[in-house]
Amino acid sequence: MAKLKLAIYWAAGCGGCDVAILDTNEGLLKIAEIADIVLWPVATDHKYEEIEKMADGAIDICLINGGVRNSENEHMTKLLRAKSKIVVAMGACAHQGGIPGLANLFTKETVLNRAYRETPSTENPDGILPVQRFSAQEGELIIPEFYNTVLPTAAVVDVDYFMPGCPPAIHQVAAVVDIIAKGDLPPKGAVIGASDKTLCDECTRPKEDRKVKKFYRPHEIIFDNQKCFLDQGIICLGPATRGGCGNRCTVKSNMPCRGCYGPAPKVHDQGTKFLSALASVIDSNDPAEINSIVSQIADPVGTFYRFGLAASYLRRKRSNEKN
Amino acid sequence: MSFEPKIVGFLCNWCSYAGADLAGTARIKYLPNVRPVRVMCSGRVEPSFVMKCFAAGADGVLITGCHPGDCHYHEGNYKTIRRYSLLKRVLEQFGVEDDRVRLEWVSASEGDRYAKVVDEFVKKVKALGPFNGTKLLVK
Repeated sequence: MAKLKLAIYWAAGCGGCDVAILDTNEGLLKIAEIADIVLWPVATDHKYEEIEKMADGAIDICLINGGVRNSENEHMTKLLRAKSKIVVAMGACAHQGGIPGLANLFTKETVLNRAYRETPSTENPDGILPVQRFSAQEGELIIPEFYNTVLPTAAVVDVDYFMPGCPPAIHQVAAVVDIIAKGDLPPKGAVIGASDKTLCDECTRPKEDRKVKKFYRPHEIIFDNQKCFLDQGIICLGPATRGGCGNRCTVKSNMPCRGCYGPAPKVHDQGTKFLSALASVIDSNDPAEINSIVSQIADPVGTFYRFGLAASYLRRKRSNEKN
Repeated sequence: MSFEPKIVGFLCNWCSYAGADLAGTARIKYLPNVRPVRVMCSGRVEPSFVMKCFAAGADGVLITGCHPGDCHYHEGNYKTIRRYSLLKRVLEQFGVEDDRVRLEWVSASEGDRYAKVVDEFVKKVKALGPFNGTKLLVK
């Protein structure tokens, strides 16, 4: 069998997905055995022009990690879509927008202002912000345009498969490589490298009948290392998150789930699903008391949509002046 | 032309839908902006329904159910209160103004109250203007 042509691209993400691929260790040899890498900016020295010169569909499989947050991300995501037979949105950012998607609660002006002027560690007395075009002595410099809204890959191009996780669990990366090697791919649109159950369903912590009057963040309480987090009033996104990660947080690291594997099957909006689950454990029927219990939750959107804001129904904060 | 808000109303089967019916059979006049959706219980209204309404172009969402203590399923509307309270906080962060979503109790005998709730709500949403849910400013 001819070797597959494989491209791995890093868009608006942290690069942790690339590291997850490297973390398969000798699994890399298997990747090299079945595929020729034609692009992998973090590890190889291929150029964008080489991709541009390829015929459409010349790449067999393209793994894109990171969503779209600037014009370069958009250009490369669209280019790789055109050149690839199969596109896999790899990792929480490509799948759901991920952590960068939380910037959708602000406008691009607010984000730039914060990053380049307001942060305590910034020294910028002239208040200079990045500009897209700059004329220097040596010629004109152009950097990609920074967008107002972060989008997951599927909001920009047609995506064949989704592989969730921040980053995807190593055993799942290996499992996906296996699927690709065997050519045993599921129907288009499927989520691969994950299970069809919720994380809660796979979690081994014993659960009781939960009734909560006070919510805690993990650092605010000394919690029981065995019992279910939600039973103890600690917000854990397990009930509304897809499983398959191997319970690396709830069981292996003794920390509540943050929701990186995205919504459970057939769910679009992870945050509101979790909202429903959380509201149902509140132990009160009195509206005033309910309000006071709910007000203990700091930053509900940042907590419920930590990885899924850019893929939710509304995708970003809206306002009438500028959305 | 003045702005006519599009409002989705979720009406519970046992109380509020019957209340709206009563408003109709009693020929009470009220504003026509609410598009009613009958659900079995206000507790059936998933918060994602509300999000989807706004993303699809609604300017307001009205949720109505039986008065507390009167729920056909005993405590469905108490579950609604809990969700609603948390949903309001989430909506605020999404930039959805407080007056665009409302939870009201309307019994089967309160046709006049249904009409009053709708009239008041429509006026408030009208004052806010259209909700910017369908246009996404990417760049």
